[in-house]
Amino acid sequence: MPDISVNILIGGEAGQGLVTVGDFLAKALVRAGYEIVVTQDYMSRIRGGHNTYAVRVSPDPVFAPREGVDILVALDAASYPLHRDQLSERAVVLVDEALGEAAAGPRTLLVPFKALCPKPIFENMAALGVLCSLLCLDAAWIEKIIHDTFAKKGEEMVAANRKVFADAMAWTAEQQVSFTCIAPAVNTGKRIMLNGNEAIALGAMAAGVNFCSFYPMTPGTSVALTLAAKGQKMGVVVEQAEDEIAAVNMAIGASFTGATALVPTSGGGFALMVEGISLSGMIETPVVVVVAMRPGPATGLPTRTEQADLNLVLYAGHGEFPRAIFAPGTVEQCFHLTHAAVHIAEKYQSPVFVLTDQFLADSYRGVVPFDLAALPAVARPGTAHDGPGVYERYAVTDSGVSPRLIPGFGDSLVVADSDEHTADGHITEDLGVRVTMQDKRSRKMAGLLADAVPPELHGDPSSDVLLACWGTTRGAALEAAALLRESGTSCAVLHFSQVYPLVPGQFLPLLEKAPRAVMVEGNSTGQLARLIRQETGFVFAHHILRYDGLPLTARYILDRLGSKRP
Amino acid sequence: MVTVADYGDFETAWCPGCGNFSIRKAVIKALVSLGLSPHEVLFVSGIGQAAKAPHYLRANVFNGLHGRSLPPAQGAKLANPGLTVIAESGDGCSYGEGGNHFLAALRRNVDLTLLAHDNQIYGLTKGQASPTTMEGQVTKAQPMGAPSMPFNPMAVAVAMRAGFVARGFSGDIEHLSGLIERAVRHKGFSLVDILQPCVSFNKVNTFAWYKERVYRLGDDHDPRDFGAAMEKAMEFGERIPIGVIYENDRPPFGGRLPEAARGPLALHRPDMAVLDGILAAYA
Ligand SMILES: Cc1ncc(C[n+]2csc(CCOP(=O)(O)OP(=O)(O)O)c2C)c(N)n1
Ligand code: SF4
Repeated sequence: MPDISVNILIGGEAGQGLVTVGDFLAKALVRAGYEIVVTQDYMSRIRGGHNTYAVRVSPDPVFAPREGVDILVALDAASYPLHRDQLSERAVVLVDEALGEAAAGPRTLLVPFKALCPKPIFENMAALGVLCSLLCLDAAWIEKIIHDTFAKKGEEMVAANRKVFADAMAWTAEQQVSFTCIAPAVNTGKRIMLNGNEAIALGAMAAGVNFCSFYPMTPGTSVALTLAAKGQKMGVVVEQAEDEIAAVNMAIGASFTGATALVPTSGGGFALMVEGISLSGMIETPVVVVVAMRPGPATGLPTRTEQADLNLVLYAGHGEFPRAIFAPGTVEQCFHLTHAAVHIAEKYQSPVFVLTDQFLADSYRGVVPFDLAALPAVARPGTAHDGPGVYERYAVTDSGVSPRLIPGFGDSLVVADSDEHTADGHITEDLGVRVTMQDKRSRKMAGLLADAVPPELHGDPSSDVLLACWGTTRGAALEAAALLRESGTSCAVLHFSQVYPLVPGQFLPLLEKAPRAVMVEGNSTGQLARLIRQETGFVFAHHILRYDGLPLTARYILDRLGSKRP
Repeated sequence: MVTVADYGDFETAWCPGCGNFSIRKAVIKALVSLGLSPHEVLFVSGIGQAAKAPHYLRANVFNGLHGRSLPPAQGAKLANPGLTVIAESGDGCSYGEGGNHFLAALRRNVDLTLLAHDNQIYGLTKGQASPTTMEGQVTKAQPMGAPSMPFNPMAVAVAMRAGFVARGFSGDIEHLSGLIERAVRHKGFSLVDILQPCVSFNKVNTFAWYKERVYRLGDDHDPRDFGAAMEKAMEFGERIPIGVIYENDRPPFGGRLPEAARGPLALHRPDMAVLDGILAAYA
């Protein structure tokens, strides 16, 4: 089956408004019933440099970005030379005629932006007009968004934008560019457009998160920004802390007195929170931390993507205590797994992590609105002690989970301590109590294992090739598997959306049976493969690893299939 | 009626003669005269000898990490504004490891009280210089004398126009408990820096040393006068003033919180109809 997706790449300097063009287009396409995958690649600067916003669009489901570019919108002179090699056979390049021949190639459509736009700020609308015309997208979709966006600035503003858009469409129609229209959309259901971080924030609110403390760090920040922007009506308290250490400690304090708390960050910020994670484990006070990964070490590539913080999150914190780590692979999973993360954190009174990355954080998709009424219940602490005797925060139980009360409701006192403590929460140096308490905390692991989300198998388990992956690598692996199957090789995908704890029985037989099991990860050392080896003894003979800051794609996987571990 | 007995009697791990004992007495005395029951109060502490204090009375306790009494204290208060929140820790914990949190707390002005046991030395780790150790004071870790200038919590807090800035002395329980009472009553962030002899490790700033120098601020000091307050905040040496150094009515943090979040967050349940509307806006 030929790929009927169209890959549109908008390139330009930061500050040129390429995100506006991209967001308008993406939203119009989702509303028109198309499937999209947005990939945003930007430099760590506010103006200048070279950024891209790619929209891969198709009437059929698409899960991952694609390399080839079918329409290049070159907002600056650098875009054409930078992306020339990516152009597909049918590609069209849109360039401002004012940029001149240097920015143009044989397949270029020179757009007279100056003539079409009364002011440079309308160039976005002109670019949208040309795009809409080339794709044969019903103009009404963009016009509606223009109205929704500019109505608050007055009808005049709406009319001015619409005129530029319409003029650009009309101009394009006269150019006789041979670009095949995008195939008609088939999806007629109602959908919304979200990126991964927005879905995480919404999933958190659905689970009752009402406290978020954070210190800004790309690409985690937008979770907090979404909670701040959308959470007011939900009563969510969002506080920008003085640093990450404060952020996580503040969240744990809020959780202690009954808030449902979440902290978003990225690897470098999380590195500072490690001590607080250990505190959460020791005082058994839940906190959900979203770690949106970007390449490291240290400040790394601040705005690019990677999956190299699994080890950090897995081992964060001194001492030993149970935890769970979720790794969503889609925008829907961002929503549902964050909801689950809150429940698991509250149920087991432990730190729980949502591990995502820049690619998914910024990747818009069209998704069916979540059925909020169908969401499972979220565990909550009690507000009154109904047992006999005095309330003990760390009462020893078979499950390791002690009845949790929050202070300030009723007469019971709640005492939590980062030192080793007795059942009533007070400092102890009784080494027998130490062992009892350590065992109690460790026993929660059994529950966490029982509640673990099993990896998903896509395809025939007896396939020749089994692509294992986790988190946001899912889409690229699924697409690679589909392409392999088309070319006659049977291939299945095993996707881990929870990477810790692992239940070997859920996947080990599949790995052992597969003639060729290949681990696909966005890091340079194969961190999940190593974890699986450590937990099960299974050794992946083949690895496909990407760590150049860009998201995995089907092409990247297919090009390397066959290569051994580096 | 709340009595001293409600706050219990505990065996401590403090050295005989330590100033912490008197501070404990003053804290309980203040809580009793405020009429607060143990379950209405949350103590949040860091790590150190002073930070153990909350374990030696009956109340809700969050004994967290070194330097980190203020972040969880603020989180706890924001999550349940009905609780009386008192952060209690040493000078090393509050001004050293937790220095950035101290500055942010002064700015944020959440309604809570910080009781900083200021013995001008690290007690629990056995006598290294703390941020308030006097320049040149010899310790085992600083055999050539503490090389840095001491931190002045009073002056910093006054400069930040904190709502309530006071200094107390563990040798004057009566006066100290009055300060703590006023600090807890104050709506906003209150600091009470408490001079506390460490009999084991600070051989310079002894009980006698403090006793000789401290004097109660009289009615002639107007804590609402910024200039006068700054002058008193800078006074530390031959004479050391105790009392309320500075006070103002800056409104506490919280005015900009969403309406729904003004009560205890523990009682909130997400309104799915509202969330449905938020989701719909992404169409
Ligand atoms: C992160 C961290 N660093 C260091 C320590 C060791 N430590 C414990 S208490 C303390 C200093 C305590 O001094 P201070 O806050 O002045 O309290 P005091 O013991 O004098 O009452 C230190 C450095 C620790 N527990 N945690
Ligand atoms: S070491 Fe100093 S501060 Fe600690 S208990 Fe002994 S005297 Fe008090």
